[in-house]
Amino acid sequence: MYDATLAETVRFPGTDGDLLEAYAARPLDPASRGGVVVIHHLPGYDRETKEFVRRFATMGYNAVCPNLYTRIAPGASHDDAAAAARAQGGVPDDQVVGDVAGAAAYLRALSNSNGKVGVIGHCSGGRHAFLMSTTLPLDAAVVCYGGLIVGETPPQMPSMVPLVDRTSQVQMPILGLFGNDDQFPTPDQVDVLEKALTEAGKDHEFHRYDGAGHAFFSVDRPAYRVEAAIDGWQRISAFFTTHLAG
Amino acid sequence: MCTYVTETLLVTGSAKGATGWIRVTDATVYYDHPVHAMADHTLNIDLRRPVDGVAARLGIELTADSARSLARTILAVLAAAEAGEPDTGIEAGP
Repeated sequence: MYDATLAETVRFPGTDGDLLEAYAARPLDPASRGGVVVIHHLPGYDRETKEFVRRFATMGYNAVCPNLYTRIAPGASHDDAAAAARAQGGVPDDQVVGDVAGAAAYLRALSNSNGKVGVIGHCSGGRHAFLMSTTLPLDAAVVCYGGLIVGETPPQMPSMVPLVDRTSQVQMPILGLFGNDDQFPTPDQVDVLEKALTEAGKDHEFHRYDGAGHAFFSVDRPAYRVEAAIDGWQRISAFFTTHLAG
Repeated sequence: MCTYVTETLLVTGSAKGATGWIRVTDATVYYDHPVHAMADHTLNIDLRRPVDGVAARLGIELTADSARSLARTILAVLAAAEAGEPDTGIEAGP
């Protein structure tokens, strides 16, 4: 079995045609395959998020993570860029949508693309992944403990509006992975989201883990929970196999 | 993420960051994931001088207990200093 992969920084246009930095990884096997857009969390375009991208390549997908802070801090270290983005109140949702659309177009243009693209995000990226499920013509969305899909807009970050009232606009299957000890979102907020998706008749699959809180996939943080993370990765693999094959 | 709890303020002073001493003008205070500290969430402070670029920054990540302890200590030190050196509000003459 030929299993070589290539990981590299690439550039493509995002919102308003702005050229974005992005981290991409893909199998070199020319067989047709789906793509995955990885949306980084508010703390930035960091090493661990890039590891997610490489992992998707080893799982057989073309994957890419656009640096949502390209405009704010081009060439800066991820933590400085995240600090600058936070001081500005984050990045506007509409801009993120256009940037992810650019990432999806990049994936679809690859010679081995089967045309299908999924999206995944953790933390604030989980919220963004849900946002994409309501706005972009993609094939599947994975929401990992996305905060503020349900809740109230923080006064300091007016761009972070709740999204649950857009559930009727969801246009792709959603996999949701949550920790029952999380406070952002709380289990009650996850209940509200799950109920909204059910009532709207949207295809979704939620898994919720006892003994896990926020960021349980983060191997470099005390929040890492190995059982939840291993099961979660299996769920992600099965979900994308179902929806991105072909 | 995330709490999204973020406050910003203007400050005057200096801080030593990766690029050396910085005359800081802005501060961001928030409670969220740290980059480096061993905790799920920390009280984070960025002391910044945005006019010199995003790298003109001193970042601090403290556990909630440490942050409260530091805040109390700062206020106590300021109170003690002000008690010893009362500000009369009278400007020095020529």
